[in-house]
Amino acid sequence: MLYQDTIDSEVLVHKPWFVASTFAVVLALFLMYNLTGTTMGELMRPVIGDPSQSGLYGRFAIAFVIAVAFSLNLVLIGFAPIKAQIILVWLELLLLILAFFKSFELSLPFIRENLPFLITQGVFTTLYVSAISLLFASLIAIIAAVAKLSSNGFAYGIASFYTSFFRGLPLLMQIYLIYLGLPQFGIVLNAVPSGILALSVCIGAYMTEIFRSGIQSIDRGQWEASRSMGFGFGLTMRRIILPQALPVIVPPMGNTFISMLKDSSLVSVLGVWELTFLARTIGQPTFHNMEMLVAASLIYWVLSCCLELIQSKIERHYSRSKLR
Amino acid sequence: MIASNSQLLNGLGGGNLSPENGNMLHVAPLSSQEPSNQKQVPMTADKIIEATNVSKWYGSFRALTDVNLTVRKGERIVICGPSGSGKSTLIRCFNRLEAHQEGEITVNGIRLHSKMRNVTDVRKNVGMVFQHFNLFPHMTVLMNCMAGPMWMKGLSESEAKKTALKFLERVRIPEQANKYPVQLSGGQQQRVAIARSLCMEPAVMLFDEPTSALDPEMVSEVLETMTSLARDGMTMVCVTHEMGFARAVADRVIFMDRGQIVEQGAPNEFFTNPQHDRTKLFLSQILKH
Repeated sequence: MLYQDTIDSEVLVHKPWFVASTFAVVLALFLMYNLTGTTMGELMRPVIGDPSQSGLYGRFAIAFVIAVAFSLNLVLIGFAPIKAQIILVWLELLLLILAFFKSFELSLPFIRENLPFLITQGVFTTLYVSAISLLFASLIAIIAAVAKLSSNGFAYGIASFYTSFFRGLPLLMQIYLIYLGLPQFGIVLNAVPSGILALSVCIGAYMTEIFRSGIQSIDRGQWEASRSMGFGFGLTMRRIILPQALPVIVPPMGNTFISMLKDSSLVSVLGVWELTFLARTIGQPTFHNMEMLVAASLIYWVLSCCLELIQSKIERHYSRSKLR
Repeated sequence: MIASNSQLLNGLGGGNLSPENGNMLHVAPLSSQEPSNQKQVPMTADKIIEATNVSKWYGSFRALTDVNLTVRKGERIVICGPSGSGKSTLIRCFNRLEAHQEGEITVNGIRLHSKMRNVTDVRKNVGMVFQHFNLFPHMTVLMNCMAGPMWMKGLSESEAKKTALKFLERVRIPEQANKYPVQLSGGQQQRVAIARSLCMEPAVMLFDEPTSALDPEMVSEVLETMTSLARDGMTMVCVTHEMGFARAVADRVIFMDRGQIVEQGAPNEFFTNPQHDRTKLFLSQILKH
């Protein structure tokens, strides 16, 4: 949370002008859509009579009920303590998303039947490809970041060319270049190692910049104090600078990890049996495309939620030395 | 400033004073009637720091001009002067946080130069205390003090801890050992910084305006710590504007302006009878309040 002001201001969702204007906006929005033919119309039958015959009156009644429900919901949640507010908002949004998916009329038995294989094979492959790439990317990034900060022209040249090239090229192209291009030099890599290599160098390039900015964010005085005690470059970096840079680095790193988890789906073009590839190939023959894609998306979401949790754990761990 | 030091003023002997622009070597106090806390440093004592004709440029700006200074073992030197006069730059050259371009600096028998491989040997023997403390915020106070002995001197963890606690005791904050630096007051942090340097058992301590970033009420606790260090015979070079401290503990006060040593002498002589107009102006400015 931001550093909060001490002045008690009235809750926004309890301000009459705010409630009134959200009510008006929602009413206007739903007036634009004809909902008389939906479940909503059926529910309103006792009031508006036969939905299909109700005309403008029916549309208005439905929009009015939705707007009232929406505004009431807003006001009521406003009374809850903050933790409950967060949970309630999450639950409601989740319900909306599920309702959205439900509108595709997905075949649940088909999902249930294929989910185990999607997880044992697909999730497993996605996870280990991502984890290994992540490890390599971090190693590359630390070396490249130090090179980019060095006064050595060669090191700087190589590192800056590396970040420029691999951040500049589309990841899909890099995957093709490594899988199809390297054999020109007699280096033939299988699909999985090619994918890992491509992901590592690409994510490594992004992380180089994260590490560099993190290292640079540390006060010069820390270097001076460390040097004045005789610590060499390696020791200073390892024990003084990097531990302090980590808390700065963690949020953007979490960001990169999450996006890399999903970028790993690009490896599917090489025929690696990871989550996206399996979702597509299982769904296609029986035209159950949406089922598998929705299931895979939700799995990606769950995985990135785990990463988010880990990130917030680490952030909390590092806030320790900042506590007063 | 610490309280009235007039009694010390009278007790201090005069050193001989050179009006030349810094082209002067060491001046030891010659007095026979020094106060009890002042040990006389003989001219024959080992030279810990010897700077001859040191010059330094930042781009085209000349930060130091032909500075000559000798610090002998056990000597306490206070450097003062207006801001931008090169005081900090000079002492930062002594442990080679800054490089000088001309002249020679020898610290503890090792000549400092740009191609040196043994800068670590110098830095291990030169403690430095900074204006902004520069404690390592991710380590506890204890670990701040243990790091040097463990990583540079190869002490075991238990030995390092013993050393650290000894010096934390010395600066009178052993009870804060397990806290993090941000949990301490400015004065306490600076005392930890002093302890951290002491843990390396250096031959000389450099202080770079150690009290300028402190609240007024915390200045005295740091100055007291420094005074007691001085009494124990630690060789010290302090850049400070605390004239009371200078009067009480310095063997020599050096006044710098525009990268040059303008005037130097024993505190008594320096404060009561400054030779240069620039020094007189400076002293009148800072003693006015």
